Parts: sequence; structure tokens; C-alpha cells
Amino acid sequence: MRDVYVVGIGITSFTRLDYPLAEIAAYPALQAMQDAGLDKVDHVYVANMGGGRVSNQTALGSAVVDHLCLWPVGAETIENGPASGASAIKTGAMAIASGMMDTVLVTGAERMNEVNSLEATDFVATLAHPMAERIYGVTLPALAGMFTRLYMERYGVTSRHLAMVAIKNHANACLNQFAHVQNKISMDGILDGKDASHNNPVIADPLRFFDICPVSDGGAAVILASAEVAKKLGKPLVKLAGFGQATDTHAVHEREDPTALTAVRLAADKAFKMAKLKPADVDVAELHDAFTILEIAESEEVGFFEKGKGHLALERGETALNGKLPINTSGGLKARGHAVGATGIAQAHEIVLQLRGDAKKRQVKDAKVGFTCNFGGFGNNVVCLAMVRE
Amino acid sequence: MSVDVESILRTVDHELPPFPPKVIMLATGEPMVIRQASRDEIPDILPHVEALIHHDRDFYDVVAARVYSELLGHFKHRYQDQYLLVAQCDGHLAAVVNGRAVDAKTGMSLHTLGLRRGLRAGAHAFAAKMEYHFDQLGHQEVLIVAESPIGFRRWMIEYKLEKRFEIPHELGGCPSWSLTRALFDRARGSLVVGSRPVGKELLAKAMAAILPPTDPPKMAPDFLAATRARYDSTGTAIIARTQK
Repeated sequence: MRDVYVVGIGITSFTRLDYPLAEIAAYPALQAMQDAGLDKVDHVYVANMGGGRVSNQTALGSAVVDHLCLWPVGAETIENGPASGASAIKTGAMAIASGMMDTVLVTGAERMNEVNSLEATDFVATLAHPMAERIYGVTLPALAGMFTRLYMERYGVTSRHLAMVAIKNHANACLNQFAHVQNKISMDGILDGKDASHNNPVIADPLRFFDICPVSDGGAAVILASAEVAKKLGKPLVKLAGFGQATDTHAVHEREDPTALTAVRLAADKAFKMAKLKPADVDVAELHDAFTILEIAESEEVGFFEKGKGHLALERGETALNGKLPINTSGGLKARGHAVGATGIAQAHEIVLQLRGDAKKRQVKDAKVGFTCNFGGFGNNVVCLAMVRE
Repeated sequence: MSVDVESILRTVDHELPPFPPKVIMLATGEPMVIRQASRDEIPDILPHVEALIHHDRDFYDVVAARVYSELLGHFKHRYQDQYLLVAQCDGHLAAVVNGRAVDAKTGMSLHTLGLRRGLRAGAHAFAAKMEYHFDQLGHQEVLIVAESPIGFRRWMIEYKLEKRFEIPHELGGCPSWSLTRALFDRARGSLVVGSRPVGKELLAKAMAAILPPTDPPKMAPDFLAATRARYDSTGTAIIARTQK
């Protein structure tokens, strides 16, 4: 199997974008190609979840190729719910590793604001089990609310810990010009103060407004290349050293322990094993914090902290930008934003920036190893990536 | 014999009662003071409104242009029975709201212009002006329209406004919606927050000067503007860049 390198990156602002979906995918792709110094690639993978339903645009892979005048290169759309982005990177990496391709463009995009927030929530809920969950009105915030309540009872996580995640990630997003929400928030303002319950109302008990990511439009792209090509391009060498994917039961209640995110643990184990790394080697990580509780739970499942102890590491400031293991330096889904199909690629974009030393005010000192966890469904399809600066 | 034309042109304003200032803690933890602004303070506000007239996003352009005209009209005594409230964080302008008294029973909501986004500064200021209509002016209903989808969500949906479509609103003749006293009383517990009195130092800081907004609405730095513009349906620009 050949080594795979990330040689180019691009991203749009995560916000509301009044542009066609294909263009939101094409723009960061163009940036990534320019960053890599390439004007053609061997193959294109486009990550997206809602094109057909929300944006009335199917066959996005073909549309992006046309926008970029890359014909006759092969192209596919990869749909794996909120994990579409990392799934597309993994697929691209396999194409390089197999020797079939030397360069692959992986771009992702979503235009969620085609519809209002109620319709967007309903659309995302289509990934839930149709007969066991969705028929009863379950949405992702509802699943996350139940998960959080159980986590609180079992491990002592409190609303204060959730607020700490939100405050940290909002502060990080203020250092990211592409982030959707660039507002610092405070414990007084969202939890302790007199008007806090108004500023931060309960949305899906016990989750409050600031525990939930925004609905974003956005795009992100990476260019993957073989070692031979990467070395010729002269960019800092960021190796996609490992990737892992795992699935779990479709319906959350069918899991033996609903607080165990088994697919996260298995996907992370595979990625670390392939990269010949341990969780303790990681300098910076992007975890899929669509809900604040997920940052805490994933930080445990991927092996950074013991199960049930993630919130204590958070308390000690270990996951802050200046902590031992900064998590979600981009602001995470919570504040950089969650443009579903693009999210996994935006996570990789942040890690590459960090490993290149190009993250400016949010740069993690001497970052050499980065990790991402892109969480699909409610933990039923997870893709993790491990990257190393050579 | 000279004729005082100005006195003929001027509105005949009724004396409106003062709005008691209030303070609200934002999600940032900052206290935001909402207070009445005098006619004399309008020149300090106008430049910050003017800056948004060309902000083509979320109808800021329309709202800013209209607020500018209403405030200028108020300053020059050309807008009958208008009042103006401002929201400030540490003196810096965070929202501007205005309206007017139509008669003893009816208020006309004019505009809500948020100059700081994502913290409900505008929504808080809107609630304060509704308090003013019902609690100080004694109105039984306030006629409202929204000029943006965000406004529609904030007012029509959150306050569950009633339709008064038979009454054209003063803003463009659109069909009016009504916030009745009963609807407002129902919303007080959830949408109207803040406390009174405002601490002396906090109020003094707000009264001392209207400082520029710290984080006014702005376009995102780099979405697709640099490539194919939305007016370039053929994608010429993106193709040209690809072929460089």
C-alpha cells in the first residue's frame, strides 16, 4: 500500500452562502488546487449529504468537474450523512494507496440554508432509523438530548461542562476568519447570569441553545497525492498516515450501552493502528461536536481520556488552545459551523493548517500529529483520520 | 411681513413619556443598556446607520436606509411623534429601535436595527420598545411589519402576532400585523428580560457618548466573491482562473 499525502487545502467561509451548491464545492477545490500547484487531478470525489433533497442537485461530482473544467476526469459523489467528508477523504486515500491514482481532489459542500431551520432539522433526521426512531419524531437534537441525560447521570457531566465546551470553541472560532459564529460567550451570559436562561434556552433537554451547532453552508477541499507527487510539489509534507471507519446499529436504543460510542472507538483504533500511533501522540484534534456532549464523549472514545473522565480534562483546561491536547481549534462544528457534507473535510483542513504551522493566532505550538473524528448518524458510521507532519 | 415657514413644516409632536432604562446581560456576559436617545444624539447615531446602507445581506440595506431617513426626519422635526431607543454595550452602539405613537391606543413599530449580531441584541431592543408602547404610552396594540425573514421569525412567529391585513403599515404600505396587549403580556415571561434600575455607573457610561459599534454586521471575508460571481452564470471567471 502506498503512502498518501495532503498536498493542497481550501475552504469557504462557513456561513449562509447565496451560491449554487456545485459552486460552493468548486471554490475550495480551486483553492486547494492552487495551494498544491496542480492544474489537473486523476480523480474527483465530492462529499455531500443533502444535494438531492435540499438543493435539488444530484450528480454533484459531475457538476463540480464541469465547474472546474476538469473533464474527462472521473468523479463521484460520496454520501455518508454527516461523515460524508471524511468518507470521501478515506475513499480518495484508498485510490492513492492502491496505486490506481496519483492525485485526487476531495471536495465537500452543503447548502443547508436553502430551507428553514425546521426543514433542515427534519432533513438531517432522515439519517435516523425510519421505523424505530424517526416515525416517533426523533431528531438529532432529541437523540443527543437523551444521550446527554444518560451521560450526566452515569459520569457526572453537568450543564457547566457542556457550557465550558461551548465557551472554549466559540473563543477558538473568534480566531478563525472562516468560522460561522465569531462571538465570545461567557459562563455568566449562558449559564449563571440573571438573563442566561433567555440567552441560552433549553432546546432538547438538557441541551441548550449554545450546546448545539449552527446550520451552516460551506465547502472545504483537500488534494491527496502519492509520495512521489507530494515530494515534487515542494509543500510541507503532511502524511495521511491512518484512517479508520466503523459502523454501529442504526437505532441507538439497540446498542447494549447507549453511552458507548463503539463506532468512534473502533474507527479511532483502526486509524491509530494504521498510522502506528497512540492517542497520546496526538498534538491537536478536531472532534465532531455537533452537540457539546459529543466533544466530551468522543475525546474519551478515541482514547485521549479514560471513559467518563473527559469532562475532568476539560475542567483542567487540557483541551483548550494552550492546553496539553487542544481540541477543535477551528471552533469545531459548534462555532466554525456544520455544513454537513463539508464538515469532515473542514476538520482535515484545520489539521493540515496546524501541522503546516499556518494556523496563525490559533496555532498549536510544534504540532506534529493531528487527528479528526467525523461522526455520522448518531454514531452509527464514523470515520477517523490521523495525520503526521514529516 | 415674513412668514415662519419652518413652523408650518414642522411636525406637531406630543410630549411622550420617558422610557425607563434597563440592563440585560448578553451571552457574552456583557451588560447591555437600553435607554431612550434624545433628538440631539441622532447625529452621533447616523454615521453608524449609514455604513449599513450598502450592506446587501439580510435586508440590512433596506432597513438601514429607512432608519437613516426616519432618524433624519425626526432630527429635523419631520416625523410625527417618533421615539428612539438605543442599546449600548460599554457605550458602544449595539442596536437602534424606533417607533411612533399613532394615537392614544395604537403604536406603530418602525425599525429594529441590530448592530451586533448573534446575541439577540436586536430582539432585546425590540422587546424594550414594545414595553415602551404598552407600559409607558398605554397602547392597546402595536402595528408591525417585518422587512427580513429574520424579523419575521423574531416578531411574527416568536410573539405570535395577529393579522391586521386590512390596515396598511406606514412602512411601504404592507399589510400590518398586530402585537396586542394580551399577546405581549403572554410573551413577557419568555421574551422580555432585563432589570431596572440600571446601575449609576453603567447608565452614566451609556449616556456619556454613543460610541461606534464594536462588531458591526459585515460580509464574510472570503466566500465565493473572488471567483464566479452570482451575476456570472456562465462561470467565465472560474474557468479563467483554472486556466491560468
